[in-house]
Amino acid sequence: MTTSVIEVKGLTKIYNEVNAVDGIDFSIKKGQCFGLLGPNGAGKTTTIEIMEGIIKPSSGVVEYYGKPAHEDISQQIGIQFQNTALQDFLTVKETLDLFTAFYKHTLSHEQLIELCDLGDFLDRDNRLLSGGQRQRLLLALALINDPDIVFLDEPTTGLDPQARRNFWTLIKNIKASNKTVILTTHYMDEAEQLCDEVVIMDKGKIIESGTPPQLLHKHFADVFIYLPIDQVNDNLIEKYQWQKVGERVEITTTQVEATLTLLMEEQVSLEGLHVKSANLDDLFLKLTGNSLRD
Amino acid sequence: MNFKRFLAVVKARNIEFFRDKSSLGWSLAFPILLLVGMSFVFSGDGKAAYKIGVINLSTAQSSFLETRFISFVDYQDAELAKTKLSQHSLDMVIHFSAKKYWVNQQAPNGYLAEKIFLASHQDFEQLTTEGKKIRYVDWVLPGVLGMNMMFGCLFGVGYVIVRYRKNLVLKRLKATPLSAFEFVSAQLLSRAFIVMFTSSVVYIGCNFFFDFYMLGSYFDLFLVGLLGAFSLITLGLLVACRSKSEELIGGLLNLASWPMMILSGVWFSLEGAPDALKSVADFLPLTHLVAGARKIITEGATLADISYHLSVLAVMSVVFLALGAYLFNWNTER
Repeated sequence: MTTSVIEVKGLTKIYNEVNAVDGIDFSIKKGQCFGLLGPNGAGKTTTIEIMEGIIKPSSGVVEYYGKPAHEDISQQIGIQFQNTALQDFLTVKETLDLFTAFYKHTLSHEQLIELCDLGDFLDRDNRLLSGGQRQRLLLALALINDPDIVFLDEPTTGLDPQARRNFWTLIKNIKASNKTVILTTHYMDEAEQLCDEVVIMDKGKIIESGTPPQLLHKHFADVFIYLPIDQVNDNLIEKYQWQKVGERVEITTTQVEATLTLLMEEQVSLEGLHVKSANLDDLFLKLTGNSLRD
Repeated sequence: MNFKRFLAVVKARNIEFFRDKSSLGWSLAFPILLLVGMSFVFSGDGKAAYKIGVINLSTAQSSFLETRFISFVDYQDAELAKTKLSQHSLDMVIHFSAKKYWVNQQAPNGYLAEKIFLASHQDFEQLTTEGKKIRYVDWVLPGVLGMNMMFGCLFGVGYVIVRYRKNLVLKRLKATPLSAFEFVSAQLLSRAFIVMFTSSVVYIGCNFFFDFYMLGSYFDLFLVGLLGAFSLITLGLLVACRSKSEELIGGLLNLASWPMMILSGVWFSLEGAPDALKSVADFLPLTHLVAGARKIITEGATLADISYHLSVLAVMSVVFLALGAYLFNWNTER
C-alpha cells in the first residue's frame, strides 16, 4: 500500500465572506506528482499556501505523515511561489548562500547548479535574470534543503514555450529522485505531462479528481475527427448531424475506423484530416462550461 | 536565535545597501551638503553688538552697562560664563563686585570689548582664558548627523520592510525556518552598521575641511551615536511592523520624523522653549541623541554626564524592539 504523505481534511478559507476554499479533502501519496488544476481564482494557490503553512485556514487541517503540520515542517518542504521577488543587488550565488544558511541540511551548490542548470548565470544580479533563469533559481531555492515534498505554484506561468519545456524536464528529474511534488497549474498540457494524479478545482471546491487517463476515460468515450469545411458537402453534415466549428467540420465518434470507412464511401477527401482525443481542457469545459484559461 | 541565519540576513542586507549606489551616494551627500550649506550661510558673525557676560548682573552697578550696541547677559555661575567665553559665545566676562574680568586671548572681539571696558574701568584685574571658537557648524554638526541618521534609520528600515512585504520577499523568507525575531534583529544590526559607517565617513571626511570642535571623547560620541541609531531603527521597525502600503508607511514615517526635525534641537536650542514643548521633545529619541552628542562635542561631557540621555535611548530601544518583534507580521495573506 502506498503511504499518504499529506492529508487535507475539510479545508476551508473564507476571505471577506467569500469561500476561497470550501471544505475540500484529498490525500497525496509519496513520490507522486500531484496536480491542483483550475482557472484563475479557483482556490489553488490558497489551498497550496495553507498546506505550506503560509496562511492559516478558517477551518480544517493539513496532516503531514499523519500528524498536523507544525512549525518545523519548513525544514522538510520546499516551496516555489507563484510571485516572489528576490532581494535586489544579490547575485544568484549570494542568494543561494543566503538561503543555505536558513536550513540544517542542504544540498551543495554544485548539486543545485547541476540540478537546476544555473551554471551560466551564477554571478548575475537577480534583477537581470530572464523569466526562465529566475524560475530555475526559485526552483533551486525550493530544493536547497533537499526536501521530501516540493510545492510548485504555477511554476511556468509567463515562460515561453521552450523555457516551459525545459522546466518540465527539471520537474521530471525531481520526480525521478522520489520526491513528492505538488503542482498547481492552469496549463493542462503541463498537468498531462507531469501529474500522476490531479484534482480539478473551481470556485473553491473540488469538482473532479483522479489520474488524467482515468478522468478522460470516465468522461469521454468519444474521439474528435476534424476535416476542412470545404471538403464536406452540406448535405452530409445535415444527414449525419456533424458540427461546423470555425473552418472545420467536427465529427464525434467512438469508432474511428468505421467513421473513416464511412467518409471514404461518401467520397469525402481525407486530406487535412485530424484526429484528436479529449484532453483535460475538454474535460474542464465539460465540467464547468468554462475554458480553463478564462 | 540562530546566529547563522541572523548573520546571513545581515550580510545580504548590507550587500543590497552598498551595491545600491544611488542610495549610498545620497546618504553620504545629504549631510555633507547640509553642513557645507550651513557653514556658508552662518559664516559671518551677523551680530552688530558685543556680547558680554556679567556675573550677578542684577546687583552690578556701572555706567558701562549703559553702553549702546553691547548686550549684557546675566550669569550666576562664573564657570559657565567662562566656558562660554572660551567657546567664543561671549566676548568678555565681568565680575563687578570682585573687580575682575576675563577675556579670551584668541578672540578679536574680546580684544576690542576689553579696550572699550578699560576706558572706564582701569582698576579691574585682567584674567584670561583660551579656547577655540565654536562656530554654528560645530554646534549644528550633531544635529545634522543625527537627522541624517534619523532619516536613514526610519525610512531605510521602514520602507525596506514594507517593500519586502509588498513584493513578497517576506513571504519567501517566512517559508524558511527564519524567525520574525531573527529577521527583525538582522535588520537592526545591518542598518546600525550602515548608518554608523556613513555617519563616520561624513564626520571624518568633513573634519578635514571644517576642523570640527571636539572637547569630549570620540569613543563616547560613537557610543551615543550607536545607541541613538538603535532607538531610531527600532522605532522604524515598530512603525513598519504590520503595514503593506508604501503610501501609509510614508505618512507614518513622516509623522514620526517631522516632530523630531523641529523639536529635537537639530537646528536651534530648545533652552528657551516652553516647558510643554520640552516635555514633548523628551519623548523623541533624536532629542537625546543630539543632546548627548552635543554635550560631548561642546562641553566635553563624559558618559556619566550624559547618563540620562543614554538611559532614555536604551529604554526606548528595548521597548520599540520588543513591541516591533511582538507585533511583526509577515503579512502573507492576500
